[in-house]
Amino acid sequence: MAVLVSLIVGLGLFFIIGFAARAGLRAAAPARHRPMFRDMPLTASFGLAVILVYVVVAILAPVIAPFGEGEVLGDQYLPWAAPHYLGTDKLGRDMLTRLIFGARNTVGIAFATTALAFVAGSVLGIWAALAGGWLDQGLSRLVDALMAIPALIFSLLLLTIFGTSVLTLILVIAAVDATRVYRLARSVAQGIVVMDYIEAARLRGEGNWHLIRREILPNAMAPLVAEFGLRFCFVFLSISALSFLGLGIKPPTADWGSMVRENATLITFGDITPLLPAGAIALLTVAVNFVVDWQLQRASGLKE
Amino acid sequence: MTEIWRMIGQRLLLGMLTLFIISVVIFGATELLPGDLARELLGQSATEETLAALREQLGLNDPAPVRYWNWLTGVLQGDFGVSMATQKPISELVGTRLGNTLFLALYAAALSVPLSLLLGVLAALWRNSVFDRASNALALTAISFPEFFVAYILILWLAQTGLFPSMVRITGATTTGDLLYSAFLPALTLTLVVTAHMMRMTRAAIINLLASPYIEMARLKGMSPMRVVLHHAVPNALAPIINVVALNLAYLITGVVVVEVVFVYPGLGQLMIDAVTNRDIPVVQAIALIFASAYVLLNLLADVLSTVTNPRLMHRT
Repeated sequence: MAVLVSLIVGLGLFFIIGFAARAGLRAAAPARHRPMFRDMPLTASFGLAVILVYVVVAILAPVIAPFGEGEVLGDQYLPWAAPHYLGTDKLGRDMLTRLIFGARNTVGIAFATTALAFVAGSVLGIWAALAGGWLDQGLSRLVDALMAIPALIFSLLLLTIFGTSVLTLILVIAAVDATRVYRLARSVAQGIVVMDYIEAARLRGEGNWHLIRREILPNAMAPLVAEFGLRFCFVFLSISALSFLGLGIKPPTADWGSMVRENATLITFGDITPLLPAGAIALLTVAVNFVVDWQLQRASGLKE
Repeated sequence: MTEIWRMIGQRLLLGMLTLFIISVVIFGATELLPGDLARELLGQSATEETLAALREQLGLNDPAPVRYWNWLTGVLQGDFGVSMATQKPISELVGTRLGNTLFLALYAAALSVPLSLLLGVLAALWRNSVFDRASNALALTAISFPEFFVAYILILWLAQTGLFPSMVRITGATTTGDLLYSAFLPALTLTLVVTAHMMRMTRAAIINLLASPYIEMARLKGMSPMRVVLHHAVPNALAPIINVVALNLAYLITGVVVVEVVFVYPGLGQLMIDAVTNRDIPVVQAIALIFASAYVLLNLLADVLSTVTNPRLMHRT
């Protein structure tokens, strides 16, 4: 029964947010972008609205949060009642506050990692496609070898060797994911470097760096942007999984993955509080996936 | 027929080469660490004697190629070395747990493969219907969920009511029936996580084929849509479907890590997490090698099977 009710409420919220966001975006967008928003599917407008809310919460975290991030305020595991609207965790810290700060920490770290993986992977990939020869062969075979090992397993191996801290976490996940970005960037760039305008730019005497920045990147943008969204989801999920396993972001920092782990015992008593941070992770990945799906459909002109 | 055997032989050789490179990467990763591994593991306060003892135990005094050769020959004979945390032989630690993990992965595969193929075929058959749209949106949602979220929802929903146990205990007296019952929730979690992806790919593969002329011919003959899909589309979509199934089974191997921790399932994943927490490098290397080999073997199997079901692939370069 409870499942059914929450399903209906969830669907209702989805439609309301979706419609409202679509109307809002259409009104706010400049005239020449308006057609894009007119036939955007409901899932995409819902996704955009959710992403917007997360970004606002992450930026304004200290202003919105009712208490301090690491403040111990009272008994452990208090039920949902004012002033702790979502109760307290196992150390007596306010759950709502930690959820809000988690948006800043978890999403921020995932975003930084994705950006790092992206810059490294795409620059190397495009460079390999441009240079060709032994550089391309060497890098590509190395990436093939690294990709033959499952990502999570490889990250675990690297974390064992370098130890677990936030910095190593970012570097390790970025390195593992950069191999995937490299593959895509290289294959996209390979289609571009044979174009006449690249030949023309080369004959003008432009250097490699100029070619990458001014000629290739602008033409490779559409697939790379979609890949950025998908990559963010993967990175976000793997960072959360590692934090959940106790190997990622460390306790005093509020983080959604480790919050689930710390409070998991509550679930055996039928309390859904530990599911909130997990749900926050799930909602953001769903939202990003919806938006990427829409962008991919638009880019490929697929209407089925 | 000889052509098929030659192809299989080629792929096997390639797989062996990949495995060799993986073993070099897994072993060589420790060399990336600047400075001394022994000091890194024991911390700054370690005395010279303990450092020397650890170096001796890990064989750090030999040059890297010699250590790699000793490690590799040991592994090939089933000897993975000794765990640093418990001082037990690793093969002993890994032995029964490997069986448990394989059981869980196979259990999840037995549930998810038929389910996702059925759903995929139905979605392709009734495409753009309410069923198709709903299952597509649900699949996209399920792909985005972290495994532990799915696991805890299932615990809250099915274990709270007392239907299934939320923890798995395996002792010598556990029968297969008990095991199937008590491992149901972890298997269901894995099923939900991989089914979405397999279903979407099955649907895409079949819809891709529905545009071909021979399908139109079959339709013009007056065949029922069900028969067109089952007799004409599915056999030709087998190659991509097999690929997707194998990829997802390979995904199960890594998904198993998180799920085992949630359900306290005594498998390899949990052992690996403990080893990572203790920085027990030989154990992590051994398990990483096992997981990576399984991954490579599954990909190899997919490659061979999809070539056998689609003879056109035989002549690709």
